[in-house]
Amino acid sequence: MSERRNLRVLIVEDEPGDERLMRLALRQGGFAVDLDTVSDGHSAQRFLRREGEQFAHAPRPDLILLDLKMPGQNGLEFLAAVKQDERLRDIPVVVITTSTLGADVLAAYQHGAAGYVQKPTDINEFVAAIEKLGQYWFNLVRLPENPG
Amino acid sequence: MSTEQHRFVVLLVEDEPADAHLVRAAISENHILADLRIAVDGREALEYLRRQGPRFADAPRPNLILLDLNMPRMDGREFLAAIKQEPHLRDIPVVILTTSEVERDVLASYHLGAAGYITKPVDVLQFMAAIRDLGDYWFDLVRLPHQK
Repeated sequence: MSERRNLRVLIVEDEPGDERLMRLALRQGGFAVDLDTVSDGHSAQRFLRREGEQFAHAPRPDLILLDLKMPGQNGLEFLAAVKQDERLRDIPVVVITTSTLGADVLAAYQHGAAGYVQKPTDINEFVAAIEKLGQYWFNLVRLPENPG
Repeated sequence: MSTEQHRFVVLLVEDEPADAHLVRAAISENHILADLRIAVDGREALEYLRRQGPRFADAPRPNLILLDLNMPRMDGREFLAAIKQEPHLRDIPVVILTTSEVERDVLASYHLGAAGYITKPVDVLQFMAAIRDLGDYWFDLVRLPHQK
């Protein structure tokens, strides 16, 4: 098998604590992934479209992990925008949120989410959740080839 | 096992009886509480989802669809495109389960809204493990729409 570069994950999350926890959980799960983080939907769109000096060399992610509740553009609006963009719509987006509302679950899938994960509050459960997520997306499924 | 114990309905769209049998065995082996329904091609799967004809009048709505790509009559790509255009069906996650390793198929599947692309392992034990990891993600970790 040819040598593979690390997979790239874009985390769209406004809570620095949650972002750190996700980093820790991915490392603990032994997943060879590179993470980038932006704090709201607008920044995430600029990141994906490489707009502005800050994002001029932003790498294309293989997977997006998306919080729903953020200031600025919220998660569902961002999800809808990505899935309507011909060049971006093949990137899977997994929602990770504290929201337990059935309406949010349904809306997320209707907008094209590839999973809806409720953030566990317990740290060990959180790490276990990220391990299952990683096992599916980084080890089991094949993702589109990504020139970077 | 009675249907009352099934927590999930899975629609497998697969034309090869041997492959369908293997999926059924893997679900049972991994103790996944899923009621597995089978459609032999995209057209039959659409009839199932739309409850057309006496056979499917009471067909339960699936929580997840496992989709082969290469089938007669209506193949997986056409089926995926069709259900993602139907407002009342598009929220059902569709995972591709195929022998095709062609990158064009991977990209097209995600582009059309697939929530994962799994290349069927030829080895039976690896196949069992793949269905286990798929189950861990979709039936244990994530929340699905219309989940009881």
